[in-house]
Amino acid sequence: MSAATVTQASDAPGKAEAPILSLVNITKKFPGVIALNMVSFDVRAGEVHALLGENGAGKSTLMKVLAGKHKPNGGQILLEGKEKVFDNPKRAKKSGIVLIHQEQSLVPEMSVAENIFLGSLPKKWGNLVDWKRLHRESTEILDRLKCSFSSKDMVSDLSIAKKQMVEIARALVFTPKVVVFDEPTASLTDHEKPVLYDIINTLREQGVGIVYISHRMDEIFHLSQRISVLRDGEYNGTVNTADTNEDEVTKLMIGRSLEFDHASKPKDFGDNMLELRGLTVDGMFRDVSFSVRKGEIVGMYGLVGAGRSEVAETIFGLRKPSGGEILLDGQVAQLRSSHEAVAQGIALVPEDRKDQGLILGMNCRDNMTLAGLETVSKNGFMRPAAEKTVYDKYQQAMKIKTPGWRQKVGNLSGGNQQKIVIGKWLHTQPKLLILDEPTRGIDVGSKSEIHALIKELARTGYAVLVISSEMPEVLGVSNRIIAMYDGKVTAEFDGDAVSEDALVQAITGQYVTSAGKPDDQPAA
Amino acid sequence: MIDIKRFMSGSAFIQPIWVFVVAITIFFSIMSDYFLSVGNLTNILVQTSTIGLIALGMTYVMINGNIDLSVGATLGLAASLSVGLQDYGITVAVLAAIATGVALGALNGLLVWKTGVNAFIVTLGAMIGVRGLIFVYTEEQSFYASNFAFSDFGASTIGPIPVLAIIFLLCTLAMHLVLKKTGHGRNTFAVGGNPEAAMDAGIRIGRNMMINFMIVGFFAALAGVLLATQMGASTPNLGRDYELWTITAVVLGGTKLTGGYGSIMGTLGGVLAIGVLRNGMNMMQVPAFYVLVILGVILIAVLIIDQQINLKSFKGVQA
Repeated sequence: MSAATVTQASDAPGKAEAPILSLVNITKKFPGVIALNMVSFDVRAGEVHALLGENGAGKSTLMKVLAGKHKPNGGQILLEGKEKVFDNPKRAKKSGIVLIHQEQSLVPEMSVAENIFLGSLPKKWGNLVDWKRLHRESTEILDRLKCSFSSKDMVSDLSIAKKQMVEIARALVFTPKVVVFDEPTASLTDHEKPVLYDIINTLREQGVGIVYISHRMDEIFHLSQRISVLRDGEYNGTVNTADTNEDEVTKLMIGRSLEFDHASKPKDFGDNMLELRGLTVDGMFRDVSFSVRKGEIVGMYGLVGAGRSEVAETIFGLRKPSGGEILLDGQVAQLRSSHEAVAQGIALVPEDRKDQGLILGMNCRDNMTLAGLETVSKNGFMRPAAEKTVYDKYQQAMKIKTPGWRQKVGNLSGGNQQKIVIGKWLHTQPKLLILDEPTRGIDVGSKSEIHALIKELARTGYAVLVISSEMPEVLGVSNRIIAMYDGKVTAEFDGDAVSEDALVQAITGQYVTSAGKPDDQPAA
Repeated sequence: MIDIKRFMSGSAFIQPIWVFVVAITIFFSIMSDYFLSVGNLTNILVQTSTIGLIALGMTYVMINGNIDLSVGATLGLAASLSVGLQDYGITVAVLAAIATGVALGALNGLLVWKTGVNAFIVTLGAMIGVRGLIFVYTEEQSFYASNFAFSDFGASTIGPIPVLAIIFLLCTLAMHLVLKKTGHGRNTFAVGGNPEAAMDAGIRIGRNMMINFMIVGFFAALAGVLLATQMGASTPNLGRDYELWTITAVVLGGTKLTGGYGSIMGTLGGVLAIGVLRNGMNMMQVPAFYVLVILGVILIAVLIIDQQINLKSFKGVQA
């Protein structure tokens, strides 16, 4: 086992500095599962300690134990050398441990300041809110984070990235000793990430211990001083970031080495399956023209808000075009609803699995057959045997890990959830498959499985449109790449021969001449 | 063990409310000599059939994530029409009454679908407006059925079992099968569970919701007609508060107000829980006002217990 070559967390060499926080032999059991088995982990003041592991490895559970949301079945939590018992999140927070959530927990109808101080609004004259102090202190925190928006802005008006800043600002109210970031970049675009990195580095320099959970190797190597790896609920070693490389860490994480296979892209293309001619939706995007051939994977790359998802939704009949036309298989298509789009052989794997892709309270089988009930029913009545056959087929084909078809999809890991969504669409036997951010928030192992699956589908004749904000993903799967910026297609590239620089320029508006000055400088 | 877990979380065939129904049935059987007679039990079924029929449709609407507050008024209007139009023949009167219920349901559904206004508001308006229509139509008069065939029907039996009880049980079975076994039933859960995902899956969610409003309209009207046959008459205030009793029964049966969860078997349990409690307390000569107090307390208590159970099962979920 490769863990033998790495040092144990408790006796790490180098700085002999005592950790600010130690977790010792934490065990957490759920009915039927041991989520954490004797896991130890520590953080020093002023370091970024990355926590890595595939989905289901126990990272989130460990952090929930730390934040007082789960009660461990065994083990100790030591904060500054003293044993603590956190039986609720508030106590953990008061002790100085703050969790920045993967899913945001802001109140959209309130101002930034109110959200930052939610639950601890400054008071005056007994019980009245001290608005002046609230905004002054909020502004101080926002300045510290170098945020560009005002404490009086409504949270609902902010972009996802800015909402995340608010989430972080909220953590600073408690002058935290340890801040846990759980997949903080999952919803950020490449050029928003440096802002987050700056904040994390600022906090680190101020002596805060930082736990950073992420699937993204580049981020981890960029930010962290040490890396700890969990696998299947067990602690699998800690390494100094400076002494290791991506390969070694990946091996620790999944027990095998991982490579992107750029040569395996599909090669045989048929006629145009989808063609857009000057497609426009007022206020969203304008004059979008491109095509996707049968057997081809076209990547659509751009920043969040560039209009990519809106283009997909329009193709899928969810938005009414105000100009231009959509051709399917050479015929002009007038799609007025998603129902018609599905009937025409279009499938959309949406950006947000939980909000748009799945019925979380339904079981795996029912989610899988949802888009194609006609084929598994007779005279309106469901045929459970046929449904089970469909479920088994895709469950086996995609190696979906579930305890059984009765499992509610809400209890599955992100990668398996996404496979259920993809299976749902394959069952409808579509001709055009649109995938919007197909691997967002999915661990490395499942990610490459899904990439392989996408390529395999294209080889069997599907026309595939992949929307992504991750450059390696777009480069790894696409035959051609459409770049979008500010509601317009700015460039089209050969997926095998494009440089990363050219792509970045195209999506940050440097190619745009008619749309005026781009708002943002491209990430250098 | 696994079955107990499925049972407590409400995903099994039989819902937790049935434990309560069985418990109170045993309790009242001990407390009253007459409670456990065939006559009294069928009596309970007849008494609960009115709320019960509406609750069947309400279950669909609530699984859809909607609610229909206008069912009591629809019941009243249908009852008045079925008696008031008897000059044209009983068949015409009954069909007109039921068609009105379906049409009102369609109107509710169409408004919710096309305007996107919350069903609570739309049907609250309908509740007030339709009650107004009853007064316009009846001019505040009660109607009495002159045709005895109509009122005889409400008291008729097949063997020892009242026809009304049989109709209720058959409708329950049919609605259970449609919800569990058909594509419409599956879509009803999907629309309530996550409307956006349901739409993205190509389900016509507006159509699905409208059909369910028509179903509850149908059952409200049917309940109105059957209630009129029981009384041989209709009054303009018939069906007041029935929407609340109906929702109470459905919620007791485990259907979630947020949509996506629920079952007809649970609703049947909820309906019987209310029916047995009322009947049993009546037998024990508990004063009527106290019965209301006790019912209110029990509703809240059951929902608190239900929430505790659900909280526990959520805590078992691995994140």
